[in-house]
Amino acid sequence: MKRLAAIILSLFLASVAFAAPPQDWIRTGTGLGVEKIRLAVPDFKPAANDPESKKLATTFSTTLWNDLQAAGIFDMVSASFYPLSAPGTPQDVKLSEWEAPPPNANMLAFGNAGVQGGSLTVQGWLFDVKNAQSPQVLGKQYHEQASEDNARLIAHRFADEIIFRLGGGIQGIAESKIYFVSSRGGSKEIWQMDYDGANQKQLTHLGTIALSPHVSPDGSRIAYAGISNTEWQILMYSLELNRPVNFTRFAGTNLSPAWSSDGKSLAFSSSRSGDSEIYVVDISGGEVRRLTNTKGPDVSPSWNPKTNAQIAWVSGRTGLPQIYTMASDGTNVVRMTEQGYAVSPSWSPNGQFLAFAWVRHYGPGEPGASDIYVMDVASKQWVQLTHDGGRNDFPSWSPDGRHIVFQSNRTGKTQIWSMLADGSQARQLTTAGENSQPNWSFK
Amino acid sequence: MGGTKLKLQRIQWFQVVLALAVVIAVAGCAKKKVTPPTPVPPPPPPAPTAMLAANPNTIVAGQASTLTWTTDFASSITIDGIGKVDPIGSMKVTPNESTTYHLVAKNDTATKEATARITVTPAASAPPPTSSSTGDESNARLFSQNVKDVFFELDSYEISPQYEAVIQANGRFLQQHSAMSFVIEGHCDERGSIEYNLALGENRAQATKQALTQAGVSATRIRTISYGKEKPFCTESTDACWQQNRRAHFAYSK
Repeated sequence: MKRLAAIILSLFLASVAFAAPPQDWIRTGTGLGVEKIRLAVPDFKPAANDPESKKLATTFSTTLWNDLQAAGIFDMVSASFYPLSAPGTPQDVKLSEWEAPPPNANMLAFGNAGVQGGSLTVQGWLFDVKNAQSPQVLGKQYHEQASEDNARLIAHRFADEIIFRLGGGIQGIAESKIYFVSSRGGSKEIWQMDYDGANQKQLTHLGTIALSPHVSPDGSRIAYAGISNTEWQILMYSLELNRPVNFTRFAGTNLSPAWSSDGKSLAFSSSRSGDSEIYVVDISGGEVRRLTNTKGPDVSPSWNPKTNAQIAWVSGRTGLPQIYTMASDGTNVVRMTEQGYAVSPSWSPNGQFLAFAWVRHYGPGEPGASDIYVMDVASKQWVQLTHDGGRNDFPSWSPDGRHIVFQSNRTGKTQIWSMLADGSQARQLTTAGENSQPNWSFK
Repeated sequence: MGGTKLKLQRIQWFQVVLALAVVIAVAGCAKKKVTPPTPVPPPPPPAPTAMLAANPNTIVAGQASTLTWTTDFASSITIDGIGKVDPIGSMKVTPNESTTYHLVAKNDTATKEATARITVTPAASAPPPTSSSTGDESNARLFSQNVKDVFFELDSYEISPQYEAVIQANGRFLQQHSAMSFVIEGHCDERGSIEYNLALGENRAQATKQALTQAGVSATRIRTISYGKEKPFCTESTDACWQQNRRAHFAYSK
């Protein structure tokens, strides 16, 4: 009996070891069995036949599709199932064509886009396919100056309307921004892009090294760390003035600024005492408060944005870096991770979770992949989100708390990726040069 | 009694294992995708590999060092300043100043780069400590000849006993040349996080500064900066290279 069990066990282990490729893993979670709304989004019809209308209608349609797909709450009906003629106005819609298989849609978003006299007009509708009596859920009309950027902007707004209406009141994120570090121009500088990777543009021209961008809650400025006059300082860039603005200089090496969600305080790491520690300073100037007082590197603070009463950070006080939390006056220190190499905490908007990067088994001879994890702060239970190898680091939450942006070198070079907060739907947002340390705007 | 219980447990455990095996096998099967039997084009060549090393990596001007390289699967191999080279080879070089040799191995699939740095110290014999008024350039040379870098263990900022002697020797030299001021740069290897490595590099620079002040060097002569993993000395992903990058580097300022 014992021998038989041993044979079966070894066969079982062998089948696990050989049958399963290393990236194979079992997804668990809540809501996986919940049926998503089947949404059909045929391309918006150009309202006129000129090339400009056609081009902007295409840009609009592509952006709208990507936004709705990225939201993660829809089962997007494949375009190959659509009836041959796409509706441009409510009169064109034959609900029965969309309700029947193969589209089998619950909802239909459609409309038209056209340019007239240099201005872009988009009309969009959302129809409940199963409600033949009064199908209209949403009807919107947008006017903007005709440009590719505005076609994308209108698509983002319409997508957010649909997501808000069908997602039980979730605020869309299609107009949010991501700030990041790029070395594509030579030195590391701060860049920004739309949440979907469009519109990438350089902000700072420091010429030395600029790192760790964190945008203020109102979106008016970015705090970052940069070498200025041979010292690491917390620097500020105004997004309203489009230029650097002054901020208090501190002694020592100053790194990793983080805004409280009320915009009043900045937490950062400083070595002014001769050892890196976490400090908090009022944005308006005034007292600098020291929060930590233990030998070893202390860096990468992140506020609990729900309450601003707690800060998570990274400390090397026991050797390898681990995640800790404390009250925002420095009391009540709690160690959150017990092993490996844990860095880059980011507190979720609802205050419940910490996303962070973790090499769970760290050291010589260990595989050493750094993956993104999410931990429930109250129970310290964690879930691993990335399973695709490489070094994944610097997670940052979207304003709706449903997405995470992070950096990964899984394809060779370090690039910015986003995914749903359950680890699904990973997509690469940058390709030029090397890009790192993404930070998602507060709204 | 105990025996039957044990046996019962064993059977139950056996059933659990079997059930798990079935579940995993089924889960595994569900994931498999059936690939249509279309003719497959010949696979592209594997990505090239490349290694470049210099021995010795520190020479006095006029001396020679040997570059050795090994590549695999590459169709074109070049070293900047030397040109096309064989897939595997070695060559004597006599650079007059510190040089980073850069090898590029290419094929249709990918490009792999490797670098090796040779540090060249000037040939002039060190002047006696008393004649330290020979201009800034010779001071810088004197400084780099005598003040040695300190290297660190993985994720540590403590100065290990073997580098205490280096600190003491650096301290003696700097006390004899009390007009020199300098920067201590903290560096880390490429593994780990950008922000944490900057803090760790800062602690390495600070620990070195502290040890040096204990050895009698005035803190007012010392500036520190951390470069984390932003300015590595060596760019290969090897243990030897990582060890080179975990250091406190001394740079003369005036």
